[in-house]
Amino acid sequence: MALSGMRGLSTFISDVRNCQNKEAERSRVDKELANIRTRFKNDKGLTVYEKKKYVWKMLYIYMLGYDMDFGHMETVSLISAPKYPEKQVGYIVTSCLLNENHDFLKLVINTVRNDIIGNNETFQCLALTMVGNIGGRDFSESLASDVQKILLSNSCRPIVRKKAALCLLRLYRKNPDAVNVDGWSERMVHLLDERDIGVLTAVMSLLVSLVAKSQDAYWSCVPKCVRILERLTRGQDIPQEYTYYGIPSPWLQVKTMRVLQYFPAIEDPNIRKSLFETLQRILLGTDVVKNVNKNNASHAVLFEALALVMHLNAEKEMLSQCVALLGKFIAVREPNIRYLGLENMTRMLLVVDVQDIIKKHQAQIITSLKDPDISIRRRSLDLLYGMCDVTNAKEIVEELLQYLTKADFGIREELALKAAILSESFATDLDWYVDVILQLIEKAGDFVSDDIWYRVVQFVTNDEHLQVYAAAKALDYLDKPAVHETMVKLAGYLLGEYSHLLARRPGCTPKDIFDVIYDKFAVVSIGTKALLLSAFVKILLHSQPQDPDLRERVLEIFKRYECSVDAEVQQRCIEYLTLCAKGPSMVDIMAEMPKFPVRQSALLKKAGDAERDVAEESATKLRVQQQNSTALVVVEPQSNGAGPPILTPSAAPVQKKQASPSDLPPSAHPAALPVGNGHTEVSAVTAEDVSVPSLPEDPVTEPTPPPEPAPAPSGANLLADLLAPLAIEAPPGYAAPDSIVDSSQDPGPSAGTSGLAPMQSSGPADALALALYDGPSTKVQPIGSVEDWFNALVIKDSGILYEDPFVQIGIKSDWRGIQGRLVLFLGNKHNASLTNVRAVVLPPPHLRFKSSPVPDTIPPRAQVQCPFDVFCLRASRETAVLEFSYNNGNIPVSAQLKLPVLINKFLQPVTVSANDFVARWRALAGPPLKLQEVVRNVRPMPLIEMANLFNSLHIGVATGLDPNENNIVSATTFYSESAQATLCLIRVETDPSDRTQLRLTVGSQDLTTTYELMEYIKQQLIDTPPPTMVSPNVPTTIPTNSELTGPAALLNGLI
Amino acid sequence: MIHFVLLISRQGKVRLTKWYSPYTQKERTKVIRELSGMILSRGPKLCNFLEWRGLKVVYKRYASLYFCMCVDADDNELETLEIIHHFVEILDRYFGNVCELDLIFNFHKAYYILDEVLIAGELQETSKKSVARVIAAQDTLIEHAKEQSNSLSNIIAQATK
Repeated sequence: MALSGMRGLSTFISDVRNCQNKEAERSRVDKELANIRTRFKNDKGLTVYEKKKYVWKMLYIYMLGYDMDFGHMETVSLISAPKYPEKQVGYIVTSCLLNENHDFLKLVINTVRNDIIGNNETFQCLALTMVGNIGGRDFSESLASDVQKILLSNSCRPIVRKKAALCLLRLYRKNPDAVNVDGWSERMVHLLDERDIGVLTAVMSLLVSLVAKSQDAYWSCVPKCVRILERLTRGQDIPQEYTYYGIPSPWLQVKTMRVLQYFPAIEDPNIRKSLFETLQRILLGTDVVKNVNKNNASHAVLFEALALVMHLNAEKEMLSQCVALLGKFIAVREPNIRYLGLENMTRMLLVVDVQDIIKKHQAQIITSLKDPDISIRRRSLDLLYGMCDVTNAKEIVEELLQYLTKADFGIREELALKAAILSESFATDLDWYVDVILQLIEKAGDFVSDDIWYRVVQFVTNDEHLQVYAAAKALDYLDKPAVHETMVKLAGYLLGEYSHLLARRPGCTPKDIFDVIYDKFAVVSIGTKALLLSAFVKILLHSQPQDPDLRERVLEIFKRYECSVDAEVQQRCIEYLTLCAKGPSMVDIMAEMPKFPVRQSALLKKAGDAERDVAEESATKLRVQQQNSTALVVVEPQSNGAGPPILTPSAAPVQKKQASPSDLPPSAHPAALPVGNGHTEVSAVTAEDVSVPSLPEDPVTEPTPPPEPAPAPSGANLLADLLAPLAIEAPPGYAAPDSIVDSSQDPGPSAGTSGLAPMQSSGPADALALALYDGPSTKVQPIGSVEDWFNALVIKDSGILYEDPFVQIGIKSDWRGIQGRLVLFLGNKHNASLTNVRAVVLPPPHLRFKSSPVPDTIPPRAQVQCPFDVFCLRASRETAVLEFSYNNGNIPVSAQLKLPVLINKFLQPVTVSANDFVARWRALAGPPLKLQEVVRNVRPMPLIEMANLFNSLHIGVATGLDPNENNIVSATTFYSESAQATLCLIRVETDPSDRTQLRLTVGSQDLTTTYELMEYIKQQLIDTPPPTMVSPNVPTTIPTNSELTGPAALLNGLI
Repeated sequence: MIHFVLLISRQGKVRLTKWYSPYTQKERTKVIRELSGMILSRGPKLCNFLEWRGLKVVYKRYASLYFCMCVDADDNELETLEIIHHFVEILDRYFGNVCELDLIFNFHKAYYILDEVLIAGELQETSKKSVARVIAAQDTLIEHAKEQSNSLSNIIAQATK
């Protein structure tokens, strides 16, 4: 055993180790600290050796977990020592004891810089290491250029340069300007030629960070990276010392593939080919071996290769090869591989084509749900959750329910929430959904949050067919001997509302039901009691004629609790007593609750919050997006009436219970019964309401926020949902997050208290339109027209999406088949940081978005990029909406912006020969595959301009096909997942004498595509502003083709 | 990136800590307490990964010591696991059959070596030979300085006799 070389230090360590207990240790440590303190105080007599020894002792004591509130100065001062041994101790201990924000570090910046630029190589290394480990912004500002020089220098040895590369990486992380110099990307390209693998590894780490933030400047690194990877996998000229268990630097391989994952698909066919060959070699050539380290290393490379294949969106064949591999992995015994198999399969769900193949492994995944390892169980839960759809929901939810009783506490809440969400999203019948939730409460009541049962109430209220079933079930469950309080709440509420529907069944008289509920009354909390009181009064007033016995018992309870110490209970009792005294005229007040406006499930938001802890591309995120979209469909003004109704599976339950305010029964129920979140919401029937008999005209009291804080981030919306049972005011889901409705249309903030009248006048559609098209509602206004920017982006691939005095959002897009990549450039124009930055895409159901996280804060004058991948599932004219918000200081700004992801982006013009065109045109018989319509009020434009417009919309104009010079025919391919590539044929016949009307014919093999494309073109012809790229000087040379022979003539005769 | 490195003994004693992300003193203590509880209680045949506060902890037990590294959730877990092993092999080579006691009495050496393996939470050198060379050179430098100062103090001692 090597000794420390410092006797005092070794003795001290032995002493501490010999201490019998914690107290003895503490007293030994305190003694030592006192000693060090005194020695440091008169530091005159201190030799460097002693100083060094004490500093090491301090670090040791610090490691033991004791606070170190002195001696930092002495430590830092060792950095300035002239000799290597002291300097080394100073640098190393400083970087362990202090963190980057410590003020003392500022004192040594100069010394550190001198060491870095000096010519003592060992000092250079020490300084670069410390700056690399704890350098902060100050270091970045003063040292970045020196570090760059070392990295690029020819005279420095590799040992210094690799440290410089990583040091620069640290400085870049602290301050992106550290490499903000002209031509840095070329230098990076040059650095990739490095022969020393150590330096190359460090440079590759730096490159990963650089391209993670913005890959644009580094495209020229791609071919080099592919070559490096190829070289490594072939094992060409790799020094022996850089192989690890026979594998050429697995770390460098992983990093190189990481870099490539930040670039969208590679276009150059040669590079692409060579990359795919390399990947193929990794996929096929990795075997399971005995040596655990070799196995780990080769699988580290393999999993990175899988990730890259997924990212590149390779051919289906290669992807299914990947799924097959993953399927093998999730079945192995080795826990690490199984864990990673599950994790990567979840990631794979984001890739379109493979969901069906993944489903084949369902049984295996369910087995992993019972694994002894919590890490594996979590992965498996996440995967099951992600792969669930209508076809397998019942099975998966059933498994989750079974597992719930055995699951450990750490995972139960998440499990319950996920089961609730899945049953809600994929219920084929709502009876099943109610069954699941009731079972959930029965099995794990403690872990079922209130949101879950509120959601049941919303569904049951909005679906008449469900009410009888739910009430009967609730009665069954409540009648059991030991019932969880959440069950009492839910059942109590449901029975209060709907038990009268059961009246004809045996054993379901109001009195029987009252007895069942009253049985639990004594043991529940005060909040639940309040809720049950409401149920009692409803049961009583719903029963006609009233059972005098029941009446007596109910009134007796009210009287007993009239003096309750709880104000809420007291108030309810008094109000209900008064109501009962008023007699049958008050029955209307106790009518059933009106339907709820459709809103996004609070559960999904909650899941999203909880999931921030889990992997980035978690399946929940995906779900939140999908779900958002369905919520949007319901209210999107144009989409509802026009298009053929497209129901995605996940949309089904939401649509079923769709209820707009106009669906409310005419006999409004302004005095909603206070129910639901019993102890938190304010009684709707306030004292004064009772005293005024003309209740129906009075507005409902505004609900006060519940005292239990909702999970912070989604506060506003969640709050709105928490208040759900009272929500007769304008639908909160759409006005949120910053009550756009309030500031513009409704009569001020008190609008929340509005009864029915104001709501009907504004309506959710208006609120939404406002939210979508007018941008932010607060003082910060966009400097320009959001609509104009959007319109420009419809026909261009890059431009401005939004700009206000503080922030600018640019967009750049790239489209390929069914897939597109959008990059949002969020630029902070301001001198202060923008915080709480959120950019969430609410995709309509026909699009799938794969987003990357948006940083929470944008530093002053900085720009961040957020790439999104978009997949088109089918044709639709709906637009995706970007919910963008940030805080400038304390002022929250938010905007809802339409994203220019429209049908035309997925079009690609094709050239079709005249014969072919005619043949296909003829094959499309008529509606619904071929639609024709005379469009009026067209914006008049010369034919050439219209042709240009078509071209810019990717609807290629086929000149010369149509003999009539006033007509335009075009052929284009529409790419979507559902219909794959659909050839669309379009013909426009204009009338030279009246440019405001034309006849439009659109045909394709897919009726949805035909319809949507038709509508879209109409929109463009009527709405769009003059396309800017058409210069007015273009001579109006109309393609002439007057010969009426051959195919042209044929065509003419045909159409 | 690696946010921090922890070496914890089976008894929960900390043998080495290195923080590449800024954690305050308080947070550091809390993290150590939380993680050592979680890791030490895990059974032997489970996987080497732990999901924790939106990050991932990759750990491996060598005899009585747990080597833990905390990485981002989307980092390559197996790669990190082998960084740990790489570090352990280097320690092993340097101390010759390294044991916990070596790392207790020579904790400062462990820090020197770690600084040659990782910087800024990224792997710096993947060649064990190269690291060994650098550490040997450092040791020589220190020895050299010691001899010098010894001879110097000898001279002074003799002069003041």
